[in-house]
Amino acid sequence: MFRRLEDPRAEIEFDFEGRPVTAREGESVAAALLAAGLRGFRATAISGASRAPWCMMGVCFDCLMEIDGVASRQACMVTVTRGMHVRRQRGAKALDGAAAPFDDEEGDFA
Amino acid sequence: MSAVFDAVIIGAGPAGMAAAITLADHDARVLVLDEQAGPGGQIYRGVEEMSLTMPELFAALGPDYAHGDELAARFRNCGAEYRARAMVWQVIPGEEAHEVWVSQGGRSSRVLARSVLVATGAMERPVPVPGWTLPGAMTAGAIQVLLKSAGVVAEDLVIAGAGPLVYLLAAQCLAAGARPMAVLDTTPRGNLTAALPLLPGALRGKGPGYLAKGIGLKLALRREGVPVFSFVTDIALKGTSEVTDIAFKSRGRPLWLSAGVVALHEGVIPAQQMTRALGCAHEWDDVQRCFRPRTDGFGNSSVEGVLVAGDGGGIGGARAAEHEGRIAAAEMLRRAGKLDDAARDRLAAPERRGLAQHLAIRPFLDRLYAPPAWVRAPADEVMICRCEEVTAGAIRAAASAGAQGPNQAKSFLRTGMGACQGRMCGPVVSEIMAAAHGISVEQAGYYRIRPPLKPITVGELAEAELD
Ligand SMILES: Cc1cc2nc3c(=O)[nH]c(=O)nc-3n(C[C@H](O)[C@H](O)[C@H](O)COP(=O)(O)OP(=O)(O)OC[C@H]3O[C@@H](n4cnc5c(N)ncnc54)[C@H](O)[C@@H]3O)c2cc1C
Ligand code: FES
Repeated sequence: MFRRLEDPRAEIEFDFEGRPVTAREGESVAAALLAAGLRGFRATAISGASRAPWCMMGVCFDCLMEIDGVASRQACMVTVTRGMHVRRQRGAKALDGAAAPFDDEEGDFA
Repeated sequence: MSAVFDAVIIGAGPAGMAAAITLADHDARVLVLDEQAGPGGQIYRGVEEMSLTMPELFAALGPDYAHGDELAARFRNCGAEYRARAMVWQVIPGEEAHEVWVSQGGRSSRVLARSVLVATGAMERPVPVPGWTLPGAMTAGAIQVLLKSAGVVAEDLVIAGAGPLVYLLAAQCLAAGARPMAVLDTTPRGNLTAALPLLPGALRGKGPGYLAKGIGLKLALRREGVPVFSFVTDIALKGTSEVTDIAFKSRGRPLWLSAGVVALHEGVIPAQQMTRALGCAHEWDDVQRCFRPRTDGFGNSSVEGVLVAGDGGGIGGARAAEHEGRIAAAEMLRRAGKLDDAARDRLAAPERRGLAQHLAIRPFLDRLYAPPAWVRAPADEVMICRCEEVTAGAIRAAASAGAQGPNQAKSFLRTGMGACQGRMCGPVVSEIMAAAHGISVEQAGYYRIRPPLKPITVGELAEAELD
């Protein structure tokens, strides 16, 4: 699991599937969610296996999330902003352009 | 049509920043594009912000990281135009000028350049072991990114792999007060004996400094009592929906540790996506087991007016990347008509000497940290294509069924057609294909890469602006 070092940067809040999450100004969505204890970031299209950031530098695409209504964005490359809406997705973009949400409400978000 | 830049530089790491400074010093019109939020590249990621907001951590990361802060400051003040969060998704070579297509804030636009410098750096070699797709399995670089750009550290971390970055990461975690639970060194015994004859060469130039740093990092781990396991093989990450344990052998003895986060690392390789999409010729490095774009002594690729500098052209490290950036800048100044051949050579000469000093250690390091066989020949059940969930066994079966190379494997299995566009499976698929057919990896080849290099929405494409 991850923890934060002492950090003077301003705290901001964003929305993760209806829950408020605290982040630090300037960090990526992926960093904020890892620090908040999220383990599974998405489920694959084929087997539904849980995935999470592997590279944190834009190479692996395992951090894809729906961010502010746009599906399949790289959470490790998007800077988190106040009030942002972030959701997990299953597979790639759903046909209507919105990500299919997880059906288990609990997920594995600590 | 707006004016043509003398040079457009893709990547604001050490190579791109150094090139930009030299170009701007000679009054060239230069534009630097980078998809990150600030300059620094991979090694100096987040350097500007950290020096301001987290001075203690900044100091703990040492003088090499601090050097990046000075370089970034010189870059900021050099007069080059710089766009952050600007992702280049296509470069179209042209006779008069090259077109560079860039996406920024959800909008795409085109800029024109007489010369394009690809300074897109390296990526970590994929490490296909059982369980490497589980949440909690990450690269060493990912743990560094979390530390450098977010001040976030792992509590229950095991670092497994080989190469300078393994010990650097362990030391950086310690300096940040986050002690790794163990380091699993996968350097094969045979690499030590093979590298030894190259040690005298590594004592030239800046070699001794690098060696001393490496030894210092290892001693620091010992002093702090971080357990180090050597000659590690047979790594498997365990867990159902996330990593909970890591199984491995050390000196042949089976062992088991619990860990929530495992950082895997088997060295870095040039990021080929951009140079492949541009159609640059590539060559195979049999020791480092990676492709790199073919360049001449000035960084010119096989495509006219497209140059490569830094780790994207072959792994040399951050200081070598700076020298290569300045050498490429001299050539781009000549191409822009600002220097004649003799003046270009004069500008490049001291950089070549500096480059040689920093590269003196490379043959030794390359041999010492040549990737172990299991990285290029994973067991059948190991997942190779993370996006389309294709195993090594399925790729071997496709080879037996007639797939001759990576591009046929792609049409058989969809490997390389997922979101990452083959970045993660490509290097391994080429190795597996070569082994299956008893040919060299160079003959097996690599995926054909087509733009866009990262997905662009149809809407963005439709609204793309010319200049
Ligand atoms: C994850 C990782 C961590 C590393 N950490 C260290 C370290 O701590 N110490 C060390 O000595 N070496 C480290 N290295 C080795 C490193 O490659 C070099 O030392 C150094 O960073 C190379 O400099 P460069 O300028 O060639 O490329 P980089 O520093 O990698 O810079 C390349 C830049 O190009 C940008 N870029 C790439 N593609 C695009 C695109 N399509 N559009 C726009 N921008 C793009 C990237 O955002 C990046 O900023 C690391 C390498 C990796 C991959
Ligand atoms: S974590 Fe690899 S692309 Fe985001």
